[in-house]
Amino acid sequence: MAWETVIGLEVHVELSTKSKIFCSCTTEFGGEPNTHVCPVCSGLPGVLPTLNKSVVEFAVKTGLAANCEITRYNKFDRKNYFYPDLPKAYQVSQLYLPICRNGHIDIEVNGVKKAIGIHEIHMEEDAGKLVHDPWPDSTLVDYNRCGVPLLEIVSEPDFRNGDEVIAYLEKLRDTLIYLGVSDCKMQEGSMRADVNLSVRPVGQTEMGTRTEMKNINSFKAISRAIVYESKRQIEQIEMGKRVIQETRRWDENKDATYAMRSKENAQDYRYFPEPDLLPIEISEEWIEKAKAEMPELADAKRVRYVKELGLSEYDAKVLTAEHDLAILFEEASAICNEPKEVCNLIIGELMRLITEAQTSADKISVSPEKTARIITLTVEGKINRNAEKEVFEAVFKEDVDPDEYIKEKGLMMLNDDSLVSDTIDEVIKNNPKSIEDYKGGKQKAFGFLVGQTMRALKGKANPQSVNKILKEKLDKL
Amino acid sequence: MIIDDKLIAYLEELSRLHLSDDEKERAKEDLSKIISYVNKLSELDTEGLEAMSHPFDYTNNFRTDEAKPSFDRELILKNAPKSKDGCFLVPKTVE
Amino acid sequence: MDFYDKTALETGALIKSGKISSPEVTKAYIEKIKSADKEINSFVTVLEEDALKQAEEVQAKIDKGELNSPLAGVPVAIKDNICTKDILTTCSSKMLYNFKPPYNACVVEKLKAQGAVIVGKTNLDEFAMGGSTETSYYGVTKNPFNTNRVSGGSSGGSAAAVAAGLVPYALGSDTGGSIRQPCSFCGVSGIKPTYGGVSRYGLVAFASSLDQIGPIGKDIKDCAEILKAVSGHDERDSTSIKDFSYDFSESFGGDLKGMKIGVPTNYFGEGLDSEVRAAVLTACVKLKELGAEVIEFEMPIVDYAIPAYYIIACAEASSNLSRYDGIKYGYRSEKGESLLDVFFNSRSEGFGMEVKRRIMLGSFVLSSGYFDAYYKKGLQVRGLIKKSFNEAFEKCDMILSPVAPTTAYRIGENVSDPLKMYLGDIYTVSVNLAGIPAVSLPCGFDSDGLPIGMQLIGQSFSEAKLVKAGYAYQQATEYHKKTFEAMKGGRF
Repeated sequence: MAWETVIGLEVHVELSTKSKIFCSCTTEFGGEPNTHVCPVCSGLPGVLPTLNKSVVEFAVKTGLAANCEITRYNKFDRKNYFYPDLPKAYQVSQLYLPICRNGHIDIEVNGVKKAIGIHEIHMEEDAGKLVHDPWPDSTLVDYNRCGVPLLEIVSEPDFRNGDEVIAYLEKLRDTLIYLGVSDCKMQEGSMRADVNLSVRPVGQTEMGTRTEMKNINSFKAISRAIVYESKRQIEQIEMGKRVIQETRRWDENKDATYAMRSKENAQDYRYFPEPDLLPIEISEEWIEKAKAEMPELADAKRVRYVKELGLSEYDAKVLTAEHDLAILFEEASAICNEPKEVCNLIIGELMRLITEAQTSADKISVSPEKTARIITLTVEGKINRNAEKEVFEAVFKEDVDPDEYIKEKGLMMLNDDSLVSDTIDEVIKNNPKSIEDYKGGKQKAFGFLVGQTMRALKGKANPQSVNKILKEKLDKL
Repeated sequence: MIIDDKLIAYLEELSRLHLSDDEKERAKEDLSKIISYVNKLSELDTEGLEAMSHPFDYTNNFRTDEAKPSFDRELILKNAPKSKDGCFLVPKTVE
Repeated sequence: MDFYDKTALETGALIKSGKISSPEVTKAYIEKIKSADKEINSFVTVLEEDALKQAEEVQAKIDKGELNSPLAGVPVAIKDNICTKDILTTCSSKMLYNFKPPYNACVVEKLKAQGAVIVGKTNLDEFAMGGSTETSYYGVTKNPFNTNRVSGGSSGGSAAAVAAGLVPYALGSDTGGSIRQPCSFCGVSGIKPTYGGVSRYGLVAFASSLDQIGPIGKDIKDCAEILKAVSGHDERDSTSIKDFSYDFSESFGGDLKGMKIGVPTNYFGEGLDSEVRAAVLTACVKLKELGAEVIEFEMPIVDYAIPAYYIIACAEASSNLSRYDGIKYGYRSEKGESLLDVFFNSRSEGFGMEVKRRIMLGSFVLSSGYFDAYYKKGLQVRGLIKKSFNEAFEKCDMILSPVAPTTAYRIGENVSDPLKMYLGDIYTVSVNLAGIPAVSLPCGFDSDGLPIGMQLIGQSFSEAKLVKAGYAYQQATEYHKKTFEAMKGGRF
């Protein structure tokens, strides 16, 4: 029998606000345990939440980018359950009136376009961290992450394979980074995906029983988990067994999923409206303002780079895949007005340097001003291509000033034609054999003479002027 | 409405409470009485009415996104029955 | 100098004029608490040394002219569900038997800024759940008029302390009548403010959409001044109203001409003690004499207030009290080894029966399958009640009603029957559901010599009007003074 896999995603992203969702503690990652904590986020008796406006603004922007309807009157609800990482024993979230609904995100897999439905996007607070390791009989609780704002982005069950899932996650990540609402680092847990998966015979419209795989922490692992879990469910059914609706955990080392305790599966969260927070009313003006402030997203940039700046499709795609590279590209191009040069320098040099240094585009500090300056110097013939690469590497590694570096290292081209002319005279004098060859019609001899001249000038002459002057002199002979 | 042992056990589970046998009997009796009394609300037709979660109509009270210094960790932990290495201490949690 | 029958404002004036110092007043009240409270049990914590230290600091500021609030140097007691920094805040529960908050509630900050001297923390029903202070882990607070009777609740400790002259004024909290009913039982005055008028930051939550902190005092003028001192927008409480402050400048003086007082006839029907009915209706006549116009109407929806109230209050409480799990603060059971053992045993041993009952009831009304029939229905009925009050206030400026159906009952009389206890809240809970203000004023005594209270209910933020009516009434009557006369002669 032919089977079809049906997948829906719940993606949690931590928002890059300065402060937590309901108190003024920092959202900074790391820190000694319980040092980013106050009475509010540690759930002391008597405290009350106050809503960070940026969280709502980020949610609205994300909703607009995902083509959602913005719920004009939305509310927070309490989700009640006991766990040590949840100090109030309830998570403030949105169930009944989430801030965004009914959107879609467009993906492309192997040239085929598809719209993935967004069921809803809601705001909520993150929980703390449990530290298990060194103690055999106890667990330590750290509330630093408690109250870090999250958006939960719930898709419709529109995926049919892992490639679509990955394309969607990449698109979602790019969008959120471009919007500036999250840094989406899976390793630090600022982007996490829960995968709901079921299988059914091809042609059947009814859904199969689904399992949920929680918090898988890399795109690669998600792909593998999807393959594994589809296969597992199909095997179950083909053996005449039923798929049990449950939460399963992906074990990276064993390359398999396993069921979590069944207790986790039958929860009665007793959601009800959060009385300590006022409802949120989003006006038409607010939405218009958010629309006006929306930055250009990756897709739009890609089209513009090709159409207006004359880049190739490939180059445009590479540049826009990393927000920081796209920004560097745009800013440097705006200064030097040489987009193709900037593009070549970024894709040819910068990306190599990033890989070599084992870092990432968001961690580098190459300024657009310096990048533009290097390109201007190259284009104007003041330095040659080798020097361009050398200076750029020095900027990347030590943040040197390009002009000073060139001066110090003597990389500047010679613009003194009389020196070139004198050198050529010398070369002509010393190479009578080559002159004869040239006169005899051997083009190779010309190249040799150019080479001799460049060597004598230690490569700092402009090849064009060497060519020109040499030709003039030879013709006169 | 009859509150039976099963429902009491479920409410204990949800509430993270264990009642003694005596308490259970009392709870069954009291909750039965109270719930039959509150069933009086079914006399009212509330079809389509708004559920009033707050006693007033105010909306939109926001805080500006500004990080301020957190609390002294000692003060956060000082009331904890058990703590260690700057953390609250709980029995081993298993997954 | 005998100042035990002096109001807070009178005491403040004596301190200001230099006739007496804050340390002297504070010391005298502490002494009185130490001797008399053995019998009343209105305090959970008495701050002997700390209070004297506060008084000296405040006096120094008064002497330097840095403090001239009318409450500067005057002692105050705070209900023990309001957080006081480094001072035990137990909510009268074993669960928080050792809890010392690392911060002050907003109202405490505000009082301190005005130079108030906190002498102690008063007893309450455990987590404010009850109407008699009998559910306190620290024992019942007795009624100063008759120690076989309850003081009411849940702010029984605050009301009894003021009535017995152990403190000039106190703060209470009111979720379903918890300021007004003990005021009525103990013969003192109190205000349940409009929801959002006073910051709840630092008030240990019972039912978040119903709780309000308010004053308990010897007369309504004191209460108004205290309310002014503790109210105002607080950015730490999202439900605290912006751009608003109380103005009582027109409240003290003048007659009640042009004021319309509504009397819902169904408030005076079955279940109301005849002596209470007579006293409140006599007060109605008095208000008429003072110039008010009295109109009668029916508010039948109020019959549904108790069920709606208990659904909503318990639902919110079940969630608010989930944080007490033995991990972060308070009681932790030594029994058992697993995480679930810590949760179950700490909560089962730390909470009393009434609290457990309400948590379970709250869990029930929110649980899947019952949410719509109970919780949602409760919220819809709340809307109907609010609407009914809005309609009433189109006809009148305020509503007159009893505070409680009876006077203070015998200790132990209602403990075994929670439903009977809940029915005692018939006149008070609808005010909390609607988020509107009400004042409680003494208006007579029953044949056992126990105080009777009346209630004036107004539209949101109409406290100044309620105080005006209350002030005019107290100018024309002596009931509020009788409490302090009764306590004279070394009774306590």
